[in-house]
Amino acid sequence: MKILTQHIDVPGIETIDVFMKNGGYKAVEKAIKTMTPDEVTEEVKKSGLRGRGGAGFPMGMKWSFLAKPEGVPRYLVCNADESEPGTFKDHYLMMKSPHTLIEGMIVSSFALGANTSYIYVRGELMYVINILEKAIQEAYDKGLLGKNILGSGYDLDLFVQPGGGAYICGEETALLESLEGKRGNPRNKPPFPAVKGLWQCPTVVNNVESIAATSWIVNNGGDAYAAIGVGRSTGTKLISASGHIKKPGVYEIPLGITVEEFIYSDEYCGGIRDGHKLKAVVAGGSSVPILSADNILTTDAGEKRLMTYESLSEGGFATGTMLGSGGFIVMDETTCIVHNTLTFARFYHHESCGQCSPCREGTGWMDKVIKRIETGKGRSEDIDLLVDVAKKIEGNTICPLGDAAAWPVAAAIRHFRDEFEWHITHPEEATKPGAVYMRPGASWSN
Amino acid sequence: MKVTIDNITLDVEPGTTIMQAARMIGPEVAPPAMCYYEPLQGSGGKCRACLVKVTAGSEKDPRPMPKLVPACITAVQDGMIVENTVNEAVLETRKGIVEFLLLNHPLDCPVCDQAGECHLQDFSFEHGVSSTRTVEERNTFEPVDLGENIKLNMNRCILCYRCVYTADQITDGRVHGVMNRGDHAEISTYIEKAIDNDFSGNVIDVCPVGALTDKTYRFKSRVWFSKPMDAHCSCDKCSGNVTLWYRGDEVIRVTGRKNQWGELKEFICNTCRFDRKKTSDWVIEGPTEVSRHSVISANKYGANLIHPAFPIAQAARDFKQIDDNRDRSSIEIKSILPAKK
Repeated sequence: MKILTQHIDVPGIETIDVFMKNGGYKAVEKAIKTMTPDEVTEEVKKSGLRGRGGAGFPMGMKWSFLAKPEGVPRYLVCNADESEPGTFKDHYLMMKSPHTLIEGMIVSSFALGANTSYIYVRGELMYVINILEKAIQEAYDKGLLGKNILGSGYDLDLFVQPGGGAYICGEETALLESLEGKRGNPRNKPPFPAVKGLWQCPTVVNNVESIAATSWIVNNGGDAYAAIGVGRSTGTKLISASGHIKKPGVYEIPLGITVEEFIYSDEYCGGIRDGHKLKAVVAGGSSVPILSADNILTTDAGEKRLMTYESLSEGGFATGTMLGSGGFIVMDETTCIVHNTLTFARFYHHESCGQCSPCREGTGWMDKVIKRIETGKGRSEDIDLLVDVAKKIEGNTICPLGDAAAWPVAAAIRHFRDEFEWHITHPEEATKPGAVYMRPGASWSN
Repeated sequence: MKVTIDNITLDVEPGTTIMQAARMIGPEVAPPAMCYYEPLQGSGGKCRACLVKVTAGSEKDPRPMPKLVPACITAVQDGMIVENTVNEAVLETRKGIVEFLLLNHPLDCPVCDQAGECHLQDFSFEHGVSSTRTVEERNTFEPVDLGENIKLNMNRCILCYRCVYTADQITDGRVHGVMNRGDHAEISTYIEKAIDNDFSGNVIDVCPVGALTDKTYRFKSRVWFSKPMDAHCSCDKCSGNVTLWYRGDEVIRVTGRKNQWGELKEFICNTCRFDRKKTSDWVIEGPTEVSRHSVISANKYGANLIHPAFPIAQAARDFKQIDDNRDRSSIEIKSILPAKK
């Protein structure tokens, strides 16, 4: 079942003519001509679509929180600042089929009553910005954007804003600050953007993938979307698969397939690269807890783990993780978890905005301590120190970056503590190039 | 609205924050504030020193809030129950915050002009632990001058943003802000320029630590050797209400007047602060009221707050013989410590 990537390999799909030949912009016509904004919102609510940026918050509910005071403009902002390590789905979608996003933007803006909308694209993706700009111009030329869209009286202007190159600008309030031309520091909440967002006006910020899915929901109805998937995880999800698998890439999966199927079937990842076996998986982008092979494939209850929001988080953080943004990083037994954790910790150290003290100081501290362990200068108390620092950052920061920095470190120690201990007790062996800890009885390759 | 903080209930106006309500009760209950500064619009929420536990959100919705919330920016709801000093998790988190703030702070208090009136000193003394868990090197920056009278020592900065909000308030454009990210973020005027404003000196007073210091006062005296006096003058730029800091007969420093929470009551102009350093410039009102617990009160008002016997007794108690057999005969230092029992 493919919704977003159904026509993605059609040659010329980035042009509006080919896109429309393949059924594009039908949702705009249907929504604007035959539906009211509330009806569109209602369909999205019915679909059970959950935010695809990482938090998984029901999108229809987010829309319904939007304050609608008289005489105050409302804004829709598309968060295309995808910078999570391991996540590259939005990049792929916008690059290959920009009109999928633009169609979704028009439908969603109509539902929210926004007359100005923005796509905030990660600044490094300049060529994607060019693709989007070109596509938007095509949409203007066809009368799908601008004044009086399709003769309906509804006006919408769509702008692309290149980001300044900071991970933190993917956090919705930091994104809004950046969009306003300020330093990208997250705001204190409340007030939430739904009440006071862009220029202190009610604003909805949604991920590229979530917005792109709305046009299919308008075309086929919320119930059809909800029929896909399992339980409260409805529809399809783009997964960015990377790491030691045979076929890395972006896959659109119906939520509810097993993790095992996703990793090993030829339709998706195609299994672990030849001669190696699965060691660990980061299931939803670098900020979610890493899981060992056993924990990712089966839950505590002994059931096969599914690719759903609920199943992946079953067992809490003790044995579970999160679907997050769908950055699926697979590691085989040649991966040093300490080194991998250092890479993540260094990233968050580099990307912390420095506004609130636990994150500013804590991320740097964790980075330095793991760096010492990795280079053979670890002390026996360092592991407990890391756990404690992670605990003191978690939940005490302004925005979720603190949590995102603390979780991978805490989870790596939770599931691979022996590996950290080995680095501390065997510094000479551990600092040899390519050295990887083998659990007793484990070996390289099958 | 009724709000209960540490089992004390009081009535407050709608819109009051937890911090304001707690301050109404008194300093025993008020959470510490390192970044929040009531007179500065927009300040607060950054240092996380004032995180408190809300065990009941309101009368209508008595569920506890899942995370600790910053008292300085969280408005009270009717029937809210807040735990500050009585909550173990709050105190534990606060220890962590002290640790984070000191992680890259140089601990150069012996040569820092702020020592004695430093909020970070007070905060770490009241809420921190006496030992350190870090062996990492601290981040360092070069000291810079912000104009001719203000020195910025970024090493000591805890990025509270108070000076940024002050600059925003006194100037039209953005001339003073934060550059870079994370623990290498630094306060800067774009770029190393002076804040060209008659009230720029107030950034010194709002700074909770010794990052921004008065160059006309630097290294002149320790704060506890000087005596604060309230004084005023007729100034055409500001109200002229200041605190003069005397050492002997000499005015060594002029600052704005501060309230109980260390917040400026009003901004003073640079002329009053930097240029009026003669007693004849001022009309003296009388000694500034200083808390008896403040180190500024030491050696004044006849109280003997320092007991030399105490540190010696403590040193003797904690004294540990270190196995060290180097030849020490040439240096001939006599031990001041009593022999270990």
